[in-house]
Amino acid sequence: MSSASELYQSIILDHNRSPRNFREIKDASRSAEGYNPLCGDQLRVWLKVEDDKIADVSFQGSGCAISKASASLMTTVVKGKTPAEAARIFESFHRMVTGQGGPADDLPAKLAVFAGVREFPARVKCASLAWHALRNALEQAGTDPVSTE
Amino acid sequence: MSAAGARAEVVTPAPVGFDVARLRHEFPILRSHVNGHPLVYLDNAATAQKPRSVVEAEADFTLLGNANVHRGVHTLSQRATQAYDDARATLARFINAPDPAELIFTAGTTASLNLVAQSHGRTVLTPGDEILLTEMEHHSNIVPWQLLAGQVGAVVRAIPVTDAGALDLAAAARLIGPRTRIVAVAHVSNVLGTVNPVAELAGLAHAAGAVVVVDGAQAVPHLPVDVQALGADFYVASGHKMYGPTGVGFLWGRRALLEAMPPWLGGGGMIQQVSFDGTTYAPVPARFEAGTPPISQAIGMAAAARWLQALPWAEVEAHERDLLDYATALVSRVPGVRVVGTAPGKVSVLSFVLDGIHPHDVGTVLDTRGVAVRASHHCAQPLMRRLKTPGTVRASFAVYNTRAEAEALAEGLHEVRKVFG
Repeated sequence: MSSASELYQSIILDHNRSPRNFREIKDASRSAEGYNPLCGDQLRVWLKVEDDKIADVSFQGSGCAISKASASLMTTVVKGKTPAEAARIFESFHRMVTGQGGPADDLPAKLAVFAGVREFPARVKCASLAWHALRNALEQAGTDPVSTE
Repeated sequence: MSAAGARAEVVTPAPVGFDVARLRHEFPILRSHVNGHPLVYLDNAATAQKPRSVVEAEADFTLLGNANVHRGVHTLSQRATQAYDDARATLARFINAPDPAELIFTAGTTASLNLVAQSHGRTVLTPGDEILLTEMEHHSNIVPWQLLAGQVGAVVRAIPVTDAGALDLAAAARLIGPRTRIVAVAHVSNVLGTVNPVAELAGLAHAAGAVVVVDGAQAVPHLPVDVQALGADFYVASGHKMYGPTGVGFLWGRRALLEAMPPWLGGGGMIQQVSFDGTTYAPVPARFEAGTPPISQAIGMAAAARWLQALPWAEVEAHERDLLDYATALVSRVPGVRVVGTAPGKVSVLSFVLDGIHPHDVGTVLDTRGVAVRASHHCAQPLMRRLKTPGTVRASFAVYNTRAEAEALAEGLHEVRKVFG
């Protein structure tokens, strides 16, 4: 296992302290909740999809630094992307944090700060919680909570 | 206070009369390394490590004495039956139960509580009856009662917990009423370490005609338990939290209550006669032990009880109290720490939160330094809601822990502060 500072890189700590897009979108077209029953982390992702583009995306909730920073960075990365592009980024992100490959070429560079998560298997669910909620919102336009279990 | 300051405390001698270093020798895992650091195991309330004598008792039976119980005429089976019954008698003595036949082996505390709920509870409860729990219960002492309440139309209520983490006895007295049939309470809280006033609660419950179910999972590793002095009607615990094996626990109940209870699980070993016209059931305890029981685990659990009983208890209690006081003092000096659970007389369970830092992140940083703690809601979500925190970090100390390990915890927390600023 790596040291704590390899996991908690300064970008992660920054997004944990000052999460971006940490708000509700009142006229959201879709939203979904993510819940990790193991630790109680809970967040909601809001989406505004217009002309097959994610015009706006936000989140709110409580959780550990990894889940909060991951949600925050996710919102900054998927804004302006198509739902299909966002889904591909998640796949690539998921492969990286589960140790199935390094940061792929198609992964937005700033998500590479989560590469250290693969050394901490207990924290993979934290890093992917917001992404699961995003995918649920995109695929099902659902209102049911998604779980990482 | 700095980490160096915390380290300076090493010179303070611990007031320990018995030899912890020698005791640690019985636990090979305590000499292991995790993530390049000596293991500092402070997750004992989740499961305790096992001494060699417990593992050997289990292994000896499995390698040299294995046979099924209550089944065969052959010698090995009779010996196994004897060993299993001896284990029952040992555990009955361990909790000062008047009669070994009142002690039923189960898969653990959870199974024991479900058995009481589904057999006793389902028989005696009628719609509108009340099951009284406390806000500090583990989910295993909540969910079985909720399932039961749904089945029989009963109501589940909870005795409130004070800000210090003690049970509000005045509120308990108000809540216990003519509809109260069952009062189910943890002897010791797995989050707060609070030792609940079971005898006082039992007095109130019995005056109202209710039975008292005591979850002793967190009590048996820390206190001598006397079910008769407590006034309990049922008392349950698990092997693995008292330095014994997983997969085994017990339910003790008063004989009259057990005898009035129908079987919960049906199968071999719990019957008198089976026919398609009707089946009659074995007397207690066999009635509640359907199927092949966890034989080697029961023998291991009894070995753990003997191991615990052989410890010098006055010194063990002084040692664990010292560890708790020392760790509480060190941890409290870390900026932003708030200790959760400050009831007087609590056992060596130290829960706390760090201002602005999620317990999970604290747990991960400590883990990189070999310090194992629990960081979560501890299967006590109603208590977390009461305390207005998503979770806590819990360092739970066992008899084999040392002051140096408390210092490693505190140093780790100073590192957490450094990482998170």
